[in-house]
Amino acid sequence: MNARLTYVSAAIALALLVLAPLEFHRYGLYILTQWAVMTIAAIGLNLTLGYAGQVSLAQGAFVGIGAYCAAILTTHGWPLFAAGALALVLCFIIGWLLGYPALRVQHHYLAFVTLAFSTLAFLVFRNESWLTNGTEGIDGVPRPSLLGLSTTPHLRYYYLCLFMLALVTLAMLGLVRSPWGRAFIALRENPLRALSLGVDTRRYILMAFAIGSALGGLAGVLYAPLVGLVEPPAFTLTLSLNLLMMVIVGGSGYFLGPFLGALVAVLLPEWLRGLENYYLIFYTMLVMGLLIYSPTGLIGIADRLLVNRRTRAASAARAAIGATIEGP
Amino acid sequence: MAAVLEASGISKRFGGIMAVDGVSFEVREGEILGIIGPNGCGKSTLFNCILGQLQPSEGEVRLDGRVTTGMRPCDLNRLGVSRTFQLLQIFPKLSVRENLILAAQEHKGTMMSRLLGPRDAGLSVAADQMIAFFKLGSLADELAGGLSYGQQKLLDAAMAFMAGPRLVLLDEPAGGVNLTMLASLKDRLKAFHEERGATFVVIEHNMDFVMSLCTRVLVLAEGKVLAEGLPAEVRADPTVIEAYLGH
Repeated sequence: MNARLTYVSAAIALALLVLAPLEFHRYGLYILTQWAVMTIAAIGLNLTLGYAGQVSLAQGAFVGIGAYCAAILTTHGWPLFAAGALALVLCFIIGWLLGYPALRVQHHYLAFVTLAFSTLAFLVFRNESWLTNGTEGIDGVPRPSLLGLSTTPHLRYYYLCLFMLALVTLAMLGLVRSPWGRAFIALRENPLRALSLGVDTRRYILMAFAIGSALGGLAGVLYAPLVGLVEPPAFTLTLSLNLLMMVIVGGSGYFLGPFLGALVAVLLPEWLRGLENYYLIFYTMLVMGLLIYSPTGLIGIADRLLVNRRTRAASAARAAIGATIEGP
Repeated sequence: MAAVLEASGISKRFGGIMAVDGVSFEVREGEILGIIGPNGCGKSTLFNCILGQLQPSEGEVRLDGRVTTGMRPCDLNRLGVSRTFQLLQIFPKLSVRENLILAAQEHKGTMMSRLLGPRDAGLSVAADQMIAFFKLGSLADELAGGLSYGQQKLLDAAMAFMAGPRLVLLDEPAGGVNLTMLASLKDRLKAFHEERGATFVVIEHNMDFVMSLCTRVLVLAEGKVLAEGLPAEVRADPTVIEAYLGH
């Protein structure tokens, strides 16, 4: 895609996201806000899994850690932004530590390690009542005020979440377009070669886990005031699997993948509500059908078309240069 | 001439198998040392022990007099040691230019400065010069996965040279390359050696390639050094003829 088309598309998408909700009812705004929040968590997982190639089933746990951090601190009078900063640092450190097993195990073994962490986090949320209020959860998580303006009205809170999503998007764009992004791709595609080219794979793996987890925590911080009640069942393995699905359905390792994946994961079940008890069956069938047709997700379909075009161009260039290099 | 690389008594054992058995040799500054030997004689294992991919069971590796045994490959690379692998190791989903930038970006600044610095880490010009040097001109923006095998082989070698290494270890650079592309590869290796003064160690089965490129040859057989000398001497050595070249 050329730069001009990219900027125009981004401007149209932003205008739609800003203007369309003006007409939305309360539930519609809630769903759209949930999309913005979950997209942030999926962007984090896309860095860990999609760019750096490290499997993680713990992203839901980090959303939980962020949400509990926000809930505990804001109900004790902390401003949400201070609680958010603390949650970011906490999740970054825990994510960094969780990355250590990835230095020794990979693929499904790593999935099991992160799954164990996810279970451990859930047990802490449920059983450490002195901190988390156990199965009852923490109710009445307040929404913050910005410059004296309360974000309690749904539309204002949506705009806050959208603003945070925009910040995360710009930061992530900067990251994946920097030499770090190239190093992450090298780590995913061929760690042995990356290492031989001076890429400190150990540091990049830890960084991919830490940044991805911190974004999960940020999503949790925004999630807590959205729902108002933070309780353990919201952060089981199901959430981690759902986030994983968002990344894969959208297109793992593609920048726009999490945006589309979260759209499918959050909106599709709502559109299928009319099917009542059968909606989950149709939902899973649609997702499976998509992944059979395009294992690289929704963005993968567009990318395939672009790659085909580039390959044809490369073939023409190769034919032209072939004579120079290979001789008659 | 000073030794760039010294390997002393390198051994590598895999269970009951001694893949490399007490190999010692040195690589002098500016030379092209060829390492030859039949399949399974331990050439690639020796490379991997020198380059930190494998921890030797015994022995010591020194780079410019500094012990580097067991050092991680990325740290060795930053000390100026570069390599290629027996099988092609490029990044097919990155463009030719990006493959080359990747090959040198970790030598530029710190991790934080790379994050905040320009996307190309200031290496676009150097990458384009390397592309021109390897005569891959119009392919700079093409995905590496779309190149022909021979072109990918050139790119693989170019990546090893991109960070301006002192010592380059090439593992079967001629493997699977057709004759015309082979001549092109040899020409580029020689040119790089002459123009930049890099020191090479080359593992290769193609005897003509080794004899015409290398200034000295080391012969391995069953994990041990069988012979060492000038190409002509090695070619004439009866033990080498017996063990490797055949009658």
